[in-house]
Amino acid sequence: MTAGILLLGTSGCNAQVMLFDPGGPVSRLESHLMIWTFVLTAVIVIPVIGLLWYIVRRFRDVPGNDAPYKPDWSESTSLEVVWWAIPIVIVGILSVVTAKDTFALTRPPEKLSTKPVTIQVTSLNWKWLFQYPGQKVATVNYCYIPTNQAVQFVLTSDAPMNSFWVPRLGGQEYTMPGMAMRLWLQADKPDVYFGSGANFTGHGFAHMRFHVVAVPRAQFDNWVKQVKSSSPPLTELGLTELRKPGLTGQLTYSSYPPNSFTKMIMKDGGMYMAHDRGILDTTTF
Amino acid sequence: MLRGDVQPTPFFVTGDPMILASDVLIALTLVGIVAALTYFKKWKWLWREWLTTVDHKKIGIMYLIAALLMMFRGGVDAELMRTQLALPNGRLLQPEHYDQIFTTHGTVMILFMAMPFIFAMMNIAVPLQIGARDVAFPYLNAISFWMFFFGAMLLNLSFVIGGSPDAGWVSYPPLSETPFSPGPGENFYLLALQTSGIGSIATGINFLVTIFKMRAPGMTLMRMPLFVWSIIGTSVLIIFAFPALTVALALILFDRLMGAHFFTILQGGVPMMYINLFWIWGHPEVYIVILPAFGIFSEVVSTFSKKRTFGYSSMVASIMAISVISYLVWAHHFFTMGAGPGVNAFFAIASMCVGIPTGVKVFNWLFTMYQGRIRLTTAMMWAIGFIPNFAIGGATGIMLAAAPADYQYHNSYFLIAHFHQVLIGGVVYGMLAGMYYWWPKMFGFILDDRLGKAAFWLFNIGFYVCFLPQYQLGFMGMTRRIYTYPAGMGWTTLNLISTIGAYIMGIGFVFIVLDVLYSAWRGERDVTGDPWDARTLEWSLPSPAPHYNFAKIPVITARDAWWVAKQENHGKLNEPDEPIAPIHMPKNSGVPFLFALAFFVGGFGLVWEWYWLAALGLAGVLLCLVTRSWDYNTDYYVPVEEIEHTEMALRRSPT
Amino acid sequence: MTIAHETVLRQSHEEPHSLEYSTSGGRLKILGFWMFLATDLVLFGCLFATYLVVRTHAATGPTEGQLFDVPTFTAETLILLTSSFTCGLGTREMRRGSRGGAVSLLIITVLLGLSFVGLEVNEFVKYTSSGANVQTSAFLSAFFVLVGTHGCHVSMGILWMTSILLQLMVKGISQVTAPKVFVVGLYWHFLDVVWVYIYTVVYLMGVIK
Repeated sequence: MTAGILLLGTSGCNAQVMLFDPGGPVSRLESHLMIWTFVLTAVIVIPVIGLLWYIVRRFRDVPGNDAPYKPDWSESTSLEVVWWAIPIVIVGILSVVTAKDTFALTRPPEKLSTKPVTIQVTSLNWKWLFQYPGQKVATVNYCYIPTNQAVQFVLTSDAPMNSFWVPRLGGQEYTMPGMAMRLWLQADKPDVYFGSGANFTGHGFAHMRFHVVAVPRAQFDNWVKQVKSSSPPLTELGLTELRKPGLTGQLTYSSYPPNSFTKMIMKDGGMYMAHDRGILDTTTF
Repeated sequence: MLRGDVQPTPFFVTGDPMILASDVLIALTLVGIVAALTYFKKWKWLWREWLTTVDHKKIGIMYLIAALLMMFRGGVDAELMRTQLALPNGRLLQPEHYDQIFTTHGTVMILFMAMPFIFAMMNIAVPLQIGARDVAFPYLNAISFWMFFFGAMLLNLSFVIGGSPDAGWVSYPPLSETPFSPGPGENFYLLALQTSGIGSIATGINFLVTIFKMRAPGMTLMRMPLFVWSIIGTSVLIIFAFPALTVALALILFDRLMGAHFFTILQGGVPMMYINLFWIWGHPEVYIVILPAFGIFSEVVSTFSKKRTFGYSSMVASIMAISVISYLVWAHHFFTMGAGPGVNAFFAIASMCVGIPTGVKVFNWLFTMYQGRIRLTTAMMWAIGFIPNFAIGGATGIMLAAAPADYQYHNSYFLIAHFHQVLIGGVVYGMLAGMYYWWPKMFGFILDDRLGKAAFWLFNIGFYVCFLPQYQLGFMGMTRRIYTYPAGMGWTTLNLISTIGAYIMGIGFVFIVLDVLYSAWRGERDVTGDPWDARTLEWSLPSPAPHYNFAKIPVITARDAWWVAKQENHGKLNEPDEPIAPIHMPKNSGVPFLFALAFFVGGFGLVWEWYWLAALGLAGVLLCLVTRSWDYNTDYYVPVEEIEHTEMALRRSPT
Repeated sequence: MTIAHETVLRQSHEEPHSLEYSTSGGRLKILGFWMFLATDLVLFGCLFATYLVVRTHAATGPTEGQLFDVPTFTAETLILLTSSFTCGLGTREMRRGSRGGAVSLLIITVLLGLSFVGLEVNEFVKYTSSGANVQTSAFLSAFFVLVGTHGCHVSMGILWMTSILLQLMVKGISQVTAPKVFVVGLYWHFLDVVWVYIYTVVYLMGVIK
């Protein structure tokens, strides 16, 4: 039955099966691992269900059943060795693949030729704030990224912890107060990618969706220029407003208070996290 | 409604018309119960036979009733959620209400349904299976039950008084801290779990001592029924896991009531620490509830295949391996919280390793049936239904354990489908199998097989219809705990199907209740004490068993002692060749009830920060402890004549 | 509280080496209590872990080094260790059948326990009156809760031991009272062990630069 579901997921060109419609190298690697684990576990699950079906049919307690009945047969070292060995081998294979991918995902998906675009993401109640330390612009509930280029998201929260998830670009990472966590994503093609908060943060949580708009680099730079010329700045007062619980639509700002991201992390306990400082140093320009 | 304004909490919850209606219904039910007890003059009976009992069999029955009631409550929560999500932009529930419902659904189902259900099964079966007259500490056993009971009451009370908790059953800070969850709801959650948790720890200790020290002579560890082995695993896990929950809950409580800063955002608090503590309990907790189910499947599969359990030693080794590994996997609940790749890889591999002993168990169950004679009773149906369910649940578990894949599955409906598949397909199926299996031993009549099978098929089909679509919803990016979703995501059809499945499961549950009522009325009476032609000691006793269980303690010479006695000794166990001696038994006591009641009162005081009431509760607790310590008249001897009389009445030769 | 399991009694080849182990009820209780201590150990383990995670998170409040006072915690340690010694002697007197000896040693233990709690309360009052309270910082929350949980355990032990020594006075040494004396002794020694860790992890690590 799971097989059917997965086929539905993989074969359909239905763009809404996001996990099997990868839009970049990160999600592609993850979807490959998903298929690997699926196939390897199916190797056990399908025979087990088949065997169960056979056994229950064959050994029913009905008159005239000529199947052998051995009420005291309860040990067989050779059989048991077989079914200790099968899961051990499968888990062994999966362990190697998993460990390899786990380490791979902490690095940028491709070798960086230029300085990557960095986006500082803050989850608030109940909205997403995106700040571009390189471009010095900010947005709420949507962001632009250049295609074919690794993008470094640095995540935190100034509210209960949420989780930043753009399924077609890659797996999620939590946004946690006082911590700065890094997530590499990359988009192959220009598209609007669906994103949402994945960890419950209260009454407005269900509405914490956002868009990641991927465009070619030139268009991205144009977008930045346009924002800088036409949008209002995000002031300290505006930031305080954003922090208040509530919903907003998409917003765009031509600037934001300097170092507001770092300050927020430090205020929320970041000063105790030596590890964060490393990430912040590479991302605050 | 989506503003963060804090409104003062009214004492009685009245706002929502649905809650108001249930308030009225609850009040009417209570009045009805009180009236019935008074009219039939049953107050004294209730106190003497139930509220003060220390008999493990009666305590087991009370756990069972409580578990079924809580399954109903948690189930209604589930049906409401599914109704809300059946179509996009659902209007049935406001987000506040939906948040409360998924919080109480999870809390009730894990802590107040699954836990009492396993306690019911262990209380009913373990002493009988090891040839003991009760547990090691019957008085403590009563305390455990009443602590659970009043803990459950405290949580359920929040529905009508003060408002239910709404920060999720995991109650992660900072969301569960005062700034984001003001009001008493979260306090109810913390104190209810704390109260019942104390009871759980006591049960773990009690059963471990019972199993280690009170087995009949000759019953070596490797001659014990596998259910007893599974309870060893569960008890060890309880002992080492529950204190972590106690600490996690207590520290949030300090934050909330005294303004401490363990898990707050400011002043150096570390929310992550709660998440570690919670899952150091939380992951073993999963195995605390699943191991007894494994034990029950072993009993049921062997009995209804008329065959010895295949690979007994492997089964024991698997139980113990699962118990140990379950302590090394907790971080797989937060692969996505910024741990380094080394940590994630370690926990991913450890988590996958749980699949090894579990897989071995599945093969051993299959080969217990192989070359046996399979009788498809309702209990056996639940056991057979469990196997494909758990195979799929185990496979999706391994898929989730692959950390990078988990980055995608985490918090999605794929995860929801997975853990319901193992918790329903594993624990609930196991407990229902156990309930149908041991029901005659508890009540002296057999549950009707046709109604039972109808319930099984409805529930089983409903289960797949409900949860298979949820895997796909996970692939489609639907996250958990959203009270609504927009049209156009492609989620609508699958959600609708899932909701229909949930309704079918609900009908299945109704059939179980019907089965119980019908069978009590005209079900087949169990006059032999061994309706299943079973294998272990409890079936050598009449149904229900006399309060002292065994008039003489049998001497055990083999595994499946009762089966061997039937095969080789005309159905007579080896009993010492001595006349019946007076039996030493514990006296009933009302103190456990009052002790837990004092906890309830104190807990209620803390919920509302009425410290005078909390102090009163504490005083009550201390008073109960002192009273017990000074009571030297706690047990008595059942005279020989009474034993002989009872045995005669049960038509067993007393000699 | 427990059923004397006749068969188990007969089966047991174990020579009852002392009074508290002479009944099956006593043996069960003592084993059960060891298991309770295991749960308590996990509880303290979690509190220690929490303390270690946040011990440097002093926020705007004082740090460990600024807070702890060597003579106070040294006195607390010496008193509690001595009380464990007198408690052990009390159990020994109980085994020898000397009610007077057992009672007087337990009274000394309780008095030492009381002075320990008194010193600790005094220490807490001093800190809080200087503005360092449970609300100041994560470090102080963890300090007060870890050390305070131990203090509550000791206070509970004082009440319990008082109740037991009164029972000894009223009921004498018997198969029923002996396991009680032994078990409360186990509890007391356990608290001593926990204190040794508090002394090391909280106080010594705190004052050593």
